[in-house]
Order: sequence, then C-alpha cells, then structure tokens
Amino acid sequence: MTAQARSAGQPIVTAGGRAMTRGLGHWRRRVLIALVWLYAAFLILAPLAALVRGALAQGVGAPIAALSQPDVRGAFLLTLQTALVSVAVHAVFGTLVAWVLVRQYFRGQRWLSALIDLPFAVSAVVVGYMLLLIFGRNGLLGPWLSRLGIQIAFAWPGMLLATLFVTLPFMIRELMPLLEALGREPEQAAATLGANGWQTFWLVTFPALRWGFLYGLALTLARALGEFGAVLIIGGGIQGRTETATVFIYRALDERQYVGAYSAALLLGLVSLGLVVGIDYLRRRYEQP
Amino acid sequence: MNAPTAPASAQGMAGRPAWWPRGGGPRLAALAYLAVMLFVPLGVILQDGLRAGLGGLWGAVSTPVAAHALRLTFWTAGVMAAINAVLGTLTAYVLVRYSFPGKGLLNAIVDLPLAIPTLVTGVMLVVLYGPQAALGAWLQDALGWRIIFAPPGIILALLFVTFPFVVRAVQPVLASLDREQDEAAETLGAGAWTIFRRITFPALLLPVTSGTLLSFARAIGEFGAIVIVAGNIPLKSQTAAVYVLGQVESENRLGASAVSIVMLSVAYALVLVVDWLQHRRTAWVRE
Repeated sequence: MTAQARSAGQPIVTAGGRAMTRGLGHWRRRVLIALVWLYAAFLILAPLAALVRGALAQGVGAPIAALSQPDVRGAFLLTLQTALVSVAVHAVFGTLVAWVLVRQYFRGQRWLSALIDLPFAVSAVVVGYMLLLIFGRNGLLGPWLSRLGIQIAFAWPGMLLATLFVTLPFMIRELMPLLEALGREPEQAAATLGANGWQTFWLVTFPALRWGFLYGLALTLARALGEFGAVLIIGGGIQGRTETATVFIYRALDERQYVGAYSAALLLGLVSLGLVVGIDYLRRRYEQP
Repeated sequence: MNAPTAPASAQGMAGRPAWWPRGGGPRLAALAYLAVMLFVPLGVILQDGLRAGLGGLWGAVSTPVAAHALRLTFWTAGVMAAINAVLGTLTAYVLVRYSFPGKGLLNAIVDLPLAIPTLVTGVMLVVLYGPQAALGAWLQDALGWRIIFAPPGIILALLFVTFPFVVRAVQPVLASLDREQDEAAETLGAGAWTIFRRITFPALLLPVTSGTLLSFARAIGEFGAIVIVAGNIPLKSQTAAVYVLGQVESENRLGASAVSIVMLSVAYALVLVVDWLQHRRTAWVRE
C-alpha cells in the first residue's frame, strides 16, 4: 500500500518539478536573450543608426554633394591606392611568411611566430611615431635619404609603410591554421610525382588556402581602408597631398563640416563592412567543410 | 658546415653559395620581410626611449601629464575588460545554448566592430552622445551625465571596438562542451545557476581570461575611436595614445618614446601570456 502510493506518487512529483523548472528556465531564457539583444542594440546598433541619421539629416542630396567635393574624392582615392598596394604586398609576403613558419623548422621559430602578433599590440600612433623616428627629419635614415632626394615621411611611401605594418598579421594568421590543417602529405605526394616547388604550391597548396586567402585579403583591405593614427602621424595630414579618407573625417569634424564628416564615415564604414561580410558569406557558401 | 651535404641536396639545393640559408629562398625572403617590417621599427623606438637609461624613461613616464594619461588608459581599459568579461560570456552563452529568431543576425552583429574603422566608431558615438545630439544633450541636462569628452565615452568606445574578443574566444569552447555533466548535475538537483557556476564556468575560465586580456591589450593602444570621443584635455581626458600624438607634435621625443614603450610592453606582454595560455590548453587537450 505504502509502496504502491510511493510509486504512484513519485512520477507526479518529478513531473511537476520538471514542469516547474522548465517554466522557470523558459523565463530565464527569455530574459537572457533580451538582455543580450539590448546590449548589442545599445552598444552597436544605436550608434550605427545615429550615424546613418546624422549623414542623411539634410536629405539624400547633401551627403552626395559633400562626397563629390574634389578634396574628399582625392582623399578616398589616396586611401584606396594605399590599401590596394598594401593588400598586394601582403598577398605575396603574407603567404610566404605563413608557409615558411608552418612548413619549415628553424631555431627561434616559436619566438618569431609570437612576434607576428606585435602589430596587434602596438598603438597606431606608436607605429606612425616609429616610422618618424626612422624616416623623419632627425630620424635614423631621414637626412641620408633626403640627400638622395627620397622623401618617405610626410609622403605616400611613409603612409604605405605604416599601413603595411598595421595590417601585417591578418594574412599570416588567417593562413597558418589552414596550412597546418592541410598537412605536409599532399605536398610530399606532389613532390614524389615529380612536381617542382612552384607546381606543388600552385596546384596543391594554394587551392586549399583559396577561401582563407580571400578572407585574409578582405580583412587586410578593410583594416587598411580604416587606418588612421599611423597614417596621420607619418603623413602629417597635408590637405590635398597626404590626406586620406580617415584624416579627412578628422579634419571635417574639427572644422564642423558635420555632413561631410558623417557621410564620409558612413561610406568608409559601409565599404569595409560590405567587404568583410561579403567575403565571409561567400566563404561559408562555397567552402568545402 | 656538414649541413649542406645531406639535407641540402635532398631539397635540390646543390650548387648554391655557402651563405645561402638551409631553408632556401623562401625563408630568406620571409625573414628579410619581417626584419624590415618589425625588427627595425621596434629596435629604433626601444633605442630612442632608453637613450637616457631606465631612469630617464621613468622620469619621462612619471611627469604628471604622462602619468595621468597612462593611469586613465589603464583604468578605463580595466573597466571595459570587466564589463566585457561578464557580458561577452553572457552573449556567447546565449548564442551557443539557445535558439531564437534573429540569432544569425545577432551572431553577425558581434563581428561588426572588426569591420568598421575605429575612427568611424568614434564618429558614431559623437553623433549619438555628443553635445549637439538630442540624446547627448538630454543626458547632460536631465541627468548630469557627461559621456563625450569624459571617461564614460572612452569606455563605450573601447567596449564597441573589443566587443567580439570575449564572445569569439568563449563561443567555440562552450559549443564543444559535453552536456552530460550538466544533465548529471540536474538529476542531482542542481539549479541552472549552480550548474553554470560549478560546471560550465570552470571550463570557460581559460577562454574568458584570454578574451578579456586580449581586449585589455587592444584597448591600451586604441586611438581612432578615442581621439574624437575623449577630447584632448591633459590631466582630464587625455589617454596615453593621444598623449603620444601631442608629444610627437611638440617634438618631445623622450616623452613620446617612453610612454610608447610602456604601452607597447604591457600590451605585447599580455598578447604573449594569452599565446602561452592557448598553447597550454591545446597541449592539455591533446593529452
């Protein structure tokens, strides 16, 4: 009788208990999801929406007019030029460094690999300043180079070097895990079949890296387009000569040309964002798992 | 000396000059590239900052303005890191454990700060909270909260820029956790909070720490987002990166180099600690 009651009663208790925790869990789940959405909306979406509103405050024509000013166009062209050359350099050397660090063994390799992350830790301002210490008027090489008629500080080559430094890790860090995952066997198999180094790389190694390579390019390009501190210091922000898109935005804010600053910021943000999101989408869609 | 014989000929490098490195052209090119890009700038700034010895460096760092800029940088980065640790873990938890409409969108929003130039981030915050903005003016007048040109603006900018760090560090680890322990604890009568505190969180300790330290390291040098938001008021809202810019412009080389070296060393040391933690974790998982 008691045993029967117990065995009859037990399921009811556990069922009730479970139903209660499920109800509570349901609420907890809703509250946590709402909290995270609220945080993302407050931190990321509200500022983004404010920028869009700020740029379009005087109608759609105002930002277009502001962006088609010759100095603004010049600044964007300079940014694009610097970013594209940086991407081309890192496409070659980034791949090379990643390959050497993963495939070869030599003394100090671990140490070198840890050094690749240095640009993540160096402030953009410090990057510009380091280059100024080398190429500036009183710098290490500055006087000697200016005697040869080569100007690097306050000119395009310096801005390119700054952008190159800042974007150095992206390609390498994107490719190293992919190379490690690929392993040596496919390359060794190609070599035993008589392929030379170039053939092995182009026909075996590179196809496996393709999407990572493209994503690395997109990250490098996005970072290069948005670089500000390093380019400001080494370039000097000379209007019409070393003024990039970001430096223009900074100056426009200072001169209270708000529509110009907001629309340039919006355009720059949308281009970088479109680039990264687009390549990420393509990669997820076409990459073989 | 004996190296070139066996391995070099195996790699098809016979007939190369004696100084040619064993790894061949690719390694030489890679090392030369890294030397030009990393070693030379780093060496130059270290040499410049230590010209007057460690005492000189300390003297330049401990002037009132420089010391205040460094303190402000570190404490705002610390507050940001603490908020990031809690809310980043929560975001990762919600993204991994729950399914809900708009989850894909939320997941994409996490990566937004990586793709948006940091200067644009600063502009966004000024548009929203600046003195000309409706919200900014209201916060200032009604509540007396000053956000732009004050530490709250700096912390907001840092939170925006580092939003993905903790989330992306925690997410994969949380997704790979075995749920059996949770279920066992639940049958033993543990509540959800107890399960999180005693089972889930200990497993996440390493990724949370890595993500938090990386966000702190990233925050120390942040410039683009801060220079617009913080203003440039010495002893009030001037961070270390903005201080360095000012010293470069006024040609105070020792001040600029010394503060740069402090920022660089702290940030890079944190990056190395995180690197070491992650290596330890993979080694531990392999065992």
